[in-house]
Amino acid sequence: MAIFDEKTRQQLKTVLDQMKNEVTIVFFSQEIECQTCRDGKRFVNEIASISDKILVEHYSLVTDKDKSDLYGIDKVPAIVLLDKDKNNTRMRFYGIPGGYEINSFLGSILAASGKEEAIPKPIKARIDKIGKPVHIQVFVSLGCPHCPNAVMAGHLLALENENVTADMVETSTFNHLAIRYNVSGVPKVVINDKYEFIGAQPITAYLDAIEKL
Amino acid sequence: MEFNLSAGLFSEGQKFESFHEQTLYDTIIIGAGPAGLTAAVYCMRKGLKTGLITKQVGGQVADTAGIENYLGYRYINGTELVDKFREQVMQFSIAFESESPVQSLQDGQIKEIVLEDGRCLKTRTIIIASGKQSKQLNIPGEVRLIGHGVAYCAICDAPFFVNKKVFVVGGGNSGVEAAIDLAKVAEHVTLIQRRDHLTADKILIDKLADFENVSYLFEHIVTEIKGGNDVESVMIQNKKSLLISEYQTDGVFVQIGLIPNSSFAEKLLDMNKYNEILVDGYCQTNRDGIFAAGDVTSVPYKQIIIACGEGAKAALAATSYLLNQPKE
Ligand SMILES: Cc1cc2nc3c(=O)[nH]c(=O)nc-3n(C[C@H](O)[C@H](O)[C@H](O)COP(=O)(O)OP(=O)(O)OC[C@H]3O[C@@H](n4cnc5c(N)ncnc54)[C@H](O)[C@@H]3O)c2cc1C
Repeated sequence: MAIFDEKTRQQLKTVLDQMKNEVTIVFFSQEIECQTCRDGKRFVNEIASISDKILVEHYSLVTDKDKSDLYGIDKVPAIVLLDKDKNNTRMRFYGIPGGYEINSFLGSILAASGKEEAIPKPIKARIDKIGKPVHIQVFVSLGCPHCPNAVMAGHLLALENENVTADMVETSTFNHLAIRYNVSGVPKVVINDKYEFIGAQPITAYLDAIEKL
Repeated sequence: MEFNLSAGLFSEGQKFESFHEQTLYDTIIIGAGPAGLTAAVYCMRKGLKTGLITKQVGGQVADTAGIENYLGYRYINGTELVDKFREQVMQFSIAFESESPVQSLQDGQIKEIVLEDGRCLKTRTIIIASGKQSKQLNIPGEVRLIGHGVAYCAICDAPFFVNKKVFVVGGGNSGVEAAIDLAKVAEHVTLIQRRDHLTADKILIDKLADFENVSYLFEHIVTEIKGGNDVESVMIQNKKSLLISEYQTDGVFVQIGLIPNSSFAEKLLDMNKYNEILVDGYCQTNRDGIFAAGDVTSVPYKQIIIACGEGAKAALAATSYLLNQPKE
């Protein structure tokens, strides 16, 4: 059975038609011990079949170690978005972005395609100043209406500054991480394993934490 | 796999404009829930120079799973309905702001709206449609343990309580709905209700009664939430005997209703004891040219269809107020 019904396909098409340039979805999976990898593969393939601006590359976490090292992938299923020149945008999704997360996925694809967002000048200046490596993990559940905003805020920082990498982490797929990071409410944002906050906060909250690092 | 797609979020037809501090608006609407969005459509169609300031689009509807009592749709999910509302507003070039919420208001022939980032916007009328948000219990431990077992959104956080013990506080619609969502995954759900019966709709009460892992504590209240890093127990008081006992639990879902987002109008407008803005049949507040609509007002029964109707009324009342003002 198809992942997307006809109505959803149509809606996805109207959104993806707004892409400016090509985007490559790099999808990592593994053959064994990954229950959601197969669905993930179908998910990215179906998305790609909706727009000819979307390309997909499939890799194995284990056997394509050069690729998983290149993008810093340590668990599957994982998605990394590349821009038209195949540059890493550092916007990643761990687990399938279903439920409400389809919105952050589409938002990040449009952003990777070069659709510009107006960022207020003072915020842009703060983003440009980030000089240290920053790793943002946004823990979500798929039934959470305000989680996509938390993911998109992290992704925006990654897209705008090459020192930042930002992940959506879907907690039912990566339950062990939910436990390790003690997640019992979402969205939960963890920055460099050092600072964390709960709830969909404005981008300034991310910057406040990053500036304390 | 399910997808809660908000295609409208990405619409290119977006004609939204930025606010300008030097512009004098005919009306500025505060809040983009059902009331504010309906008011926006009416004001734009009347040709008013309109602005819309909000924290997010959709209000409480964006947090609602399914709706079965908004006419025209036998069933529609919250995201979809918000999308449809948004689309209808987006056809107009309305001034729109969603980064900085409203902090305070100043009355006068020309009214001023001060945003949290310090900007000040000028307008001849104001329509307040800022709705409501979840109420906290205001007991020790609650705020400290938010996200560590204390939760307010069952559809978001239920997955973290698989095979765990949870308490749901509140026996109204949202409490019973949360208990149903949790009963599907948790080992045990205890619903605490201050009154001696549930006040939710019968259809929901019956649904909850089908679960065998749910128990009820009527006429009890929570007085404290305890735990180191995470919730470990709750202190619960019997309202009759006043005895307090401690119950082990992994989570506490607070569903005790909502409070109006009216604090920015605190000193300016008359309110009832629940801090709801008092309005007359024309959505008129005690200040000329300031109108209010929807859940933030004293109008009884908080529903989407009512908020929409009130939003329309406020817009029409603001229009006729403007027509009766001398043009400078
Ligand atoms: C879980 C749940 C389920 C529900 N189910 C149903 C149902 O099935 N059917 C039904 O009819 N009703 C239902 N309701 C009630 C319904 O959602 C509300 O009555 C309706 O949303 C009220 O609309 P409103 O526009 O007045 O306010 P809200 O929807 O609360 O919107 C208020 C808006 O104001 C904004 N705002 C707040 N403060 C500020 C500020 N300072 N500055 C700028 N903007 C601000 C908010 O961001 C928000 O966008 C439900 C409510 C909940 C919580």
